[in-house]
Parts: sequence; C-alpha cells; structure tokens
Amino acid sequence: MPANKQLRENIRLMQGNEACALGAIKAGASFFGGYPITPSTEIAEYIAREFPRLGRYFMQMEDEIASIGAMIGASMVGHKAFTATSGPGFSLMQELVGYAAVAEIPLVIINVMRFGPSTGLPTMPQSGDIMQARWGTHGDHSIIALSPSSVQEAYYTTIRAFNLAEQYRTPVIVLLDEKIGHLREGFDISQDPEPEIINRSDFVDQAALAQGGKYLPFANTPDGVPPMIPLGQGQRYHFTGLTHNQAGFYTSDAQQVETFIHRLCHKIEDHVAEIAELEQLQCADADCVILAYGAVARSAQEAMDDLRQAGHKVGLLRLKTIWPFPAAQIREICAGKKMVLMPEMNMGQLAVEAKAALSGSGVAFHSLNQVNGRLITPAVIKQALLENQAKLIGGAC
Amino acid sequence: MKYEVRFSGTGGQGIIRCAVLLAEAALYDGYFAAQSQVYGPESRGGSSQGEVVIKDTPIYYPKVKVPDVLLCLSQEAYNKYAPDIAADGLLICDSDFVQPDGREGETVRVCRLPMLEVARDELKNELSANVLALGVLVGLTDVVSDAAVHKALANNFNSKLLPLNLQAYQRGFQMARGQADK
Repeated sequence: MPANKQLRENIRLMQGNEACALGAIKAGASFFGGYPITPSTEIAEYIAREFPRLGRYFMQMEDEIASIGAMIGASMVGHKAFTATSGPGFSLMQELVGYAAVAEIPLVIINVMRFGPSTGLPTMPQSGDIMQARWGTHGDHSIIALSPSSVQEAYYTTIRAFNLAEQYRTPVIVLLDEKIGHLREGFDISQDPEPEIINRSDFVDQAALAQGGKYLPFANTPDGVPPMIPLGQGQRYHFTGLTHNQAGFYTSDAQQVETFIHRLCHKIEDHVAEIAELEQLQCADADCVILAYGAVARSAQEAMDDLRQAGHKVGLLRLKTIWPFPAAQIREICAGKKMVLMPEMNMGQLAVEAKAALSGSGVAFHSLNQVNGRLITPAVIKQALLENQAKLIGGAC
Repeated sequence: MKYEVRFSGTGGQGIIRCAVLLAEAALYDGYFAAQSQVYGPESRGGSSQGEVVIKDTPIYYPKVKVPDVLLCLSQEAYNKYAPDIAADGLLICDSDFVQPDGREGETVRVCRLPMLEVARDELKNELSANVLALGVLVGLTDVVSDAAVHKALANNFNSKLLPLNLQAYQRGFQMARGQADK
C-alpha cells in the first residue's frame, strides 16, 4: 500500500438497517410508530435521533399492536407512516395489517427477519416471514413485499416501498433478512441518483373536486385504486374494518361485497408487471437458473460466477419483489431451461409458488433449504446444482 | 485481491467496532468491503465475532470463508475460530489471555502480544485494546493505509475520545513493527 495514496471521498460504510432509515427519510416518511426488536433496532434508534431534528414524529409504543395502530392513525391524517420490526413483532401486527389492507391505508413495515418460530434465534437470519407477509392476516387481500440484497438496495427498496404504498393504498412490507440488516458495505454518495418520490396527493383530481364532484374514498376506479384524501383535509368520510361500500360504510350486499373483495385483490394482482422487479444475470444462454432473493441471492451470484468459470451455463434470476409473486415473468424467463434451483433460508416457503409457476413447463425444479441460522454458502449452492444436474437425464448444464 | 479478516473475543471488548474501522479504512483506500458479525442475544459477555471481507472487485457472498488474519482476544474465541484460519494465515492473539495449543496449524504465523495489558497499564484504558489490536493488525499486514485508518478513526470517535484511540492505534502499530523486526 503506497503511503501517499489518495483517499477515496464520498464513500460511507453503511449498515443495511441504517440505509432503510435513510431511505425512509428520503421518501418523506413523517411518522414512525414502533417497538424496538432485534435485529431491526438500529432503524428505530436512527429515526429516534433524526426525526425530532427534522420536525417529524417518532413514537415508541407499548407493543407492536399499538405501534401499527399509531401508524394507521397517522397515515389516515396524511403522514407517510412506517415501522421497523422482526418476526415476533410482525406476528403481533397481523390483525391490523388486515385492517390497513381493507381500509386501504398506506403503510410501510420494515421487517428484518430473524430466525423463528417464536423468539427463535434473535440475532440470526432466516427468510422465515415470506408466507406471514402474504397470508399472516385472515381473509382475501393482496399485499406488496420487497426484498433487497445489498445495503445500497435497502435504501432504494425502502423508498420504493413508500412509493408503492402511496400509489396502491396498501401496506407494503420490506423483507430484509438479518444478514442484510446488519451488513455494512460502502455506499457511494456521489453516485446516488435522485429517486422519484410518489405521494398519494398525486392521484387526487383536485379540479374535479373543485367543480363539486363527489369524493368517494373507496370508489371502484378503473385501475382499482381510489385516490386518498387524508382526514381533516376537507372531506368527511368513514373508515372501517367492516366490509364497506364506496362511501366507506358497512354493507353486506352480495354484489357490493364481491366487487369490493375483487377490487382489493386485483388492484395489486393486475399490476404485477409494474410492481414486480426481477434481475436477470446471465440467464439468456443458461441451461440452469438459480432463483433466489435477499442475502441468499448473493451466495447464489458467487456460486454462479464459479460455475461459469468452470464452464457450466448457469444464470441467476433474483427476485427483488416477493409479493405479488411474478409467476408469469418467472415462467417466461425460465422457459426452455433444463433446471431451476431455488435456495432459501427456510423450509421452502417461496418454493411452493415457484414450483407452481413452473409446473407443466418441462423445467425441472429443485428446492435447496437450510434452516440452521446461517447464510447458505456459495459452496452449498454449487454442490446442490451439480448434484441435481448430474441426476438430470440429457446431460450437463 | 481478496483479504478476509476475523476479529474475535468477548462481547464488550469492541470487537465489532474494530471490524467496522478496518472495513471503513478499506473503502477509503478504494477497495470494496463487507463487514458482518455474529453475536449472541447478550450485549456483554458471551463470544463476539466481527468480520471483514476486502476485495478489489465487487463482493457477493459477504462473509468470511477462510480468514487470512484471525485476531483473538479471548481463549474461547481462539478455541472456536483458530482451526478455520488459512494455512498461510496470520494469528494475532493476546499473550496473557490466550494460550495457543497448535490447533491453528503449523504453517500459520502466530503473533502474541500483551495487547490488553498495554491498553490497561500504559494507555490507562482497557477499552482501547480493540483499536490497539487494529494497529497491530495493520502494522503486521499493511492491508490498509495508515492515512485511511486515521480517517476511519476520526469518523468514529468524537474529539474527546479521538486522541486516546489514535494513541492506541499507533502503539499497536509500533508493537507490530517491533515484532516484525525480531
């Protein structure tokens, strides 16, 4: 190392959790309601320090049920509200996740996943909340969940989570695993592109309202998302967790109920192509594709590089969005491949969806599951790929 | 270029801070760096491990596989991590608190220095042992530049604590250079 080497400027060592907090600030978050829990606590700490200085609100509640309740109230009156939690806290929030889905209240929940079930291993990673994010609350609804694989991506994913929450009037969950939440990496501030920021007010037609148009807070709009005017801003209306009509009042009318549930699901499921982001690495000429997300995708990328160097035609398809699940895109990208291998730090939660997406496509599907509190290593992925490839009739990748 | 370092000891010794400082210095020197850790639910006591991967190309798998350097500030940490070290690696351990039994392998270079004692008796602050150990590591390996470490220290410690930590770093660096001359 030359002694007089020019030191690099504009680079910061940043933790994944810190990047989430910074992303939330950038996105315009103005209310945090939460209860600290490992391994997400650094987010609450950062926000508790920064929000008062910025004139925004930080509230530590008595538990996670109260936390999401506070967020819902804040969002109803126009705040971009969020929290940071982990599996046990996310479990407690589920009832009100359902309320927020039905009342169509924008929220962002950053869930830094730790090893479960229950108290589990608080400081160790697992992709254990994939299905809880989708189906943790009861009843038919849709949801958005995103999964970053790096510190820098944690920043942009958090901003995108707020944007999607505002645009689709829905809770959005950022699913980090502990490895990304606690990882520290370089973040080059000078390379930081200015992100787009979406606000719920962008979708309100003020001109039509000024001409005496009636505001229906739960209107059956063509794209399924009714514009939201926060309470206290000139419109009086009703929020309820009961199934409601377009004005927001209880209804059990069969047709209105059916229309409502369809809209609630379709407002997200009909926009999978716009919402879901996938990253393809060397998939075009690949015979075998590794399908991965979160920290595991990084092990998969190293495994892919090693296998490529050894002459194997392997690609990586990385899911940046977990829900809505991009089944059609995965099926299209993997069409004609010999095999898809899906490593996950769980017993195969998302593999259920991937397998269904590929059923009947002629692509062999293999799941690789590790549940020991450790990040799956590239060596384990390489070995699984080579073993499964050897079993395939018709030769090598 | 790929360089993997593992710092290990007891919770509360500043092991993770030590790893953070090295990773930050590596970034200032223009490398890619990834820093992670393994620790138990307790914040003090119990074993603590911080690690850093330094590369001149992007880092995918962010964890240490085979450490080129292992620092041990407790016997428990040595017992647990010494067998993992690279065959041509470097083991740095505290000479009062760690008794190596050879499990690191014959080809590993071993450096034993009274880091905790010097921090306690000379610098009058046992808590500075982590930064002193970083000085030893940089003094023995030159994995990052002196200027980059200084910048990392200035970024991590307030004006009240910075002089002590600079002193601890420099003392560790000198101890390493003295060792290398022997």
